[in-house]
Formats: sequence, C-alpha cells, structure tokens
Amino acid sequence: MSLTLDDIKRVANLACIETSETEAAAALVHLSGIFSLIEQMQAVDTSTVKPMSHAQDVMQRLRDDMVTESDQRELFQSIAPKTESGLYLVPKVLE
Amino acid sequence: MLNSSLHQLSALIAAKKISSVELTNEFLKRVKAQNPVYNAFITVNEEMSLAQAQAADAMIASGKGHPLTGIPIAQKDIFCTKGWLTTCGSKMLSNFISPYDAGVIERFNTVGAVNIGKTNMDEFAMGSSNETSFYGPVKNPWDITTVPGGSSGGSACAVAARMAPAATGTDTGGSIRQPAALCGISGIKPTYGLVSRYGMIAFASSLDQAGPMAKSAEDLALMMNVMVGFDTRDSTSLQRAPEDYSRDLARPLQGLRIGLPKEYFVDGLSSDVSSAVESAIAEYRKLGAETVEVSLPNTKLSIPVYYVLAPAEASSNLSRYDGVRYGHRAPEYVDLNDMYQKSRAQGFGAEVKRRILIGAYVLSHGYYDAYYIQAQKLRRLIAQDFSEAFKHCDIIMGPTTPTTSFPLGEKSGDPVQMYLSDTYTIATNLAGLPGMSIPAGFGNNNRPVGLHIIGNYFAEAQMLNAAHQYQQVTDWHIRIPDTLTDL
Repeated sequence: MSLTLDDIKRVANLACIETSETEAAAALVHLSGIFSLIEQMQAVDTSTVKPMSHAQDVMQRLRDDMVTESDQRELFQSIAPKTESGLYLVPKVLE
Repeated sequence: MLNSSLHQLSALIAAKKISSVELTNEFLKRVKAQNPVYNAFITVNEEMSLAQAQAADAMIASGKGHPLTGIPIAQKDIFCTKGWLTTCGSKMLSNFISPYDAGVIERFNTVGAVNIGKTNMDEFAMGSSNETSFYGPVKNPWDITTVPGGSSGGSACAVAARMAPAATGTDTGGSIRQPAALCGISGIKPTYGLVSRYGMIAFASSLDQAGPMAKSAEDLALMMNVMVGFDTRDSTSLQRAPEDYSRDLARPLQGLRIGLPKEYFVDGLSSDVSSAVESAIAEYRKLGAETVEVSLPNTKLSIPVYYVLAPAEASSNLSRYDGVRYGHRAPEYVDLNDMYQKSRAQGFGAEVKRRILIGAYVLSHGYYDAYYIQAQKLRRLIAQDFSEAFKHCDIIMGPTTPTTSFPLGEKSGDPVQMYLSDTYTIATNLAGLPGMSIPAGFGNNNRPVGLHIIGNYFAEAQMLNAAHQYQQVTDWHIRIPDTLTDL
C-alpha cells in the first residue's frame, strides 16, 4: 500500500483540519514512513484471533436514571469563545 | 528540605517542625529560580498554592492530617484543575481555565496536598521527548542539551531538579516510565482502571492511565494510596477493595522469580543501558531472587499496533475540539465548516495533526478491517504473551528505554525514530498491565538508565516491594545531577 497526496487531503478533510499543499506534502512523507512500520502487522495470520478492544474484560456499568449534574451554564459559558443570551454562537448555518 | 522524601517531609509536618506554608514557599522559591532553566512548569500560581497550604495547616491543626497533607505536589497539565489554566501542552487549550477538578485532583485536594504548579508535557501527551509542547521543550536536569523524555517530561524534570518532591503523570505508551528513566527518578503506571480518568484530558482512552512520579518506590506507594480509587464518573474505573500499597515494601525478595524476556536484550538496545540493567539484575540475584528466561514473541508488533490503535482513539477523542464551547477559535472564518477547519489547523501542532490523520485513515471506509481490527487482534496476542510469561515468573524486568536521553532536536524531525524510543513500554499499555521504572545506574555521559519492572494485573504492591528492596541496597535513586550544586 502506498499513500497518495489525495489520501492525505481526503483524511484531513474528514478530520476537519485545514491543510495547505506544503503541509499535505510534508504529512505524506511522515505518514508514509509511519505506515511502512504499521505494515509489519500484515505479516501475521490472525484469522482465528478475536479482536481485543479493551484491557479489562468488564461490562459497562449502568446507573439509575437520575439527574446527577447541577446547572453550571454561566460557569461553562464563561470560557466559551462566543456566547449571547446563554447560547453558544457559531456562524449561520441556514440562510 | 528540597531533597527530602515525601516520608521525611510528612514527618516534619506532623511533628510541626515546619508548616505547609513554609514548605510551599520553599518549593515556590525553588521553582522561581530553576524553572527558567528547565521549563518544567507551564503554570505556577503562588496565590492558589499558598491558599491550599494555609488550608492544609488548618487541617493539621485540627488533627485531621493525612501523610500527604500540606505537601507540595506538581500536577501534569493534563489534569483539569478548577480555576487553573489547564492546557494539555496545546495552543488549543492555551486559554482554558478549567471549570472543574479531575478525579485525581479531587483526591489530592481531599487529603490536603498542595498543588505546586502544572507541569509541561508533550501536546495532548503525544510525544516521547516533550518537544511537541506548545510551551517549548523541557530540559533534562542531567544534561540540559538533552530531552527529559515524554510525555510527562515536565513532571519528571520537576522531581529530578528538586522543584517538587513528587508529581503526577499519565502513561498511554510509556509517558510516565520513559521520562522517569531518562531523568533518573521512579515512576509507576498502575493497572488500567485503577486511577480515575475523569477530568484527565483523553488521548487514547483504552490505554491512558495516570500514576505517580517520585524519587523512590516508598514515596510512590504513598502517592498510590491517594491516587487509586473507584470513580463512578469514569466508565472504566474498577471497583475494588482499597489497598495499602506500602504493605509489602519490607518483604525480603527470597524466591522471587524474575522473568527476563529474551526479546528485550537483543538488537536495538544500546550497550551502556544493557550493562546497567544487567548489573541491576545481578543485584536482584544477590537479594535472593531467581531469574528465568521468558519469551514475549510478539514484542516487535507492539509499536505498529499502538500506532494504529492510539491514533484511532485520539482522532475520535480530539474531534471535540471545534472552537465552539471552549478552547481556541480561529479569529477569522467564512462559515461554520471553515471555522472548524481553521480553528483545528491553528490549535493543533504537527504531531497531533499527524496522529489525527493516521487515526482518521485507519478508521475510514475500506481500511478499518485491514488496520484497526487487525491491530485489535494483535493486541490480544500481545496480552496473551504476558499471561503465558507470568506462568513462569512473578515479575518481569528489562530496560525501560533502548538508550539514555538523547539530544534535543535529534529525533523531532523523524516520527518513526521517536516512536521506537517507547519500544519496551508500549506492550504493557496494550495489555493493561502495570509497569514501573526505577533508576538503575548511569550510561555514557553520566545519563540515567531506568530498570523496567512489569507486574501482573494488580501486582503494584509486589512491584513496589521489589523496587524498594533494590533501593535499600543501591543509591542510584538518591543521586542528583552535578549541576544542582546548591543542594
């Protein structure tokens, strides 16, 4: 497998990171090196192995359906980039 | 005073020979004088530290003291700390005053420990040299032209340069143990799930685990007693009976079976590290331990597996930084998507972006099975290697790192070379096992070497016992860099 500049631009777009031509070219060099390391994985036959997603074999806990958080909107919004009347402001999405 | 252990400081405070305010002032003075050289702290807030010290003195006066009451502890800047700037080493969070405390911070607050400052780190804990920090690299106190390791480089440096008696760190692939080794201090990453991840800024959630960094195993045990505990707010926190991690420190090592993985002593290991580690193991034999060769055949795969799984989890975790509710927002943009794209492009550094891109790629349509699922399958094989090895031994030992600390800038342009410096530490995170590094002598140019101790699940007390017994017959852990002439 070899990565292309288009691959880099595609994933940068998926990841919502603006990337210039120069940055994409630099990323291609670094990521190609990293993927050549990653490719070592393909040499192992794992057809009978179950994927391991987590270090501890435990189940997710459930809790009672009760309110546990208090309203701290003012505190939380005090560190937001832009707010108005208790709302977070973002550029207009619908015309 | 600055060179004292947590135990010694605790005794002085309990005997009322020194107050917490006096002790905190001593360390604040030290930080002020030394930090410009090392850059170990991102934030120091004398007012808030001293307020905590005063509260601690009141706690002691009312007879409610705990062994760590009033003692200054440096906190890695990955832990959300109410009212403190909490940056995670990133421009993205360079304006983030945390509105709440992480579980770990709460536990230190409950016993009345004093936060002496927030330590520098690789950006979002992604790095092995502390060079990816938005706040600049940290210098290694043993040789300021070299790196302190990472990502908990600021914490390791703060303890090594005696700016704090102990510190917290986090370890996703070696970020406590590798800097501990390179800075000549002790550090332990507990079994996954023992320390709460609530409020600990996420990198790779299935691998991240917090732990203490200090001068000795004895001090680590004291820190573990505070840090470990169930937290309902962390869905992977383990509910277990409380343990006293100091309980086995004094136990003799007669009959302890130490496994030496044959894969750890081959190519890639520098000869100075190898000979220091072999001398340490010889010391263990003198203490009555037996050594047995074990095999971890999939060792070589741990780096490729890690660099699929950790970036995959990171790309998902870091998608929350969008410039809407907190963190950096680009000053100019044309629409919502442009705001996301520019805020993230400006807020994240090069290494963080690289890992997000890798993660987005391996999780994307058509590549998920070949990379992500394959890595998860190999993760199981790596974990099984350890359970097989632990049938033949009680504890595993080897080098923490393949080399001693390396010059600043030497590997920062080559991610693959940088990744290889975590070659011995990553597998324990993948398996969820506890791992530890303790000072075991010096390599070329008088740079510290770390001995890596890997235990079975929940074997922290046994690992601390093994480390403490070694520290009773050696003095590597109390050596200080020649440059610290005032101590």
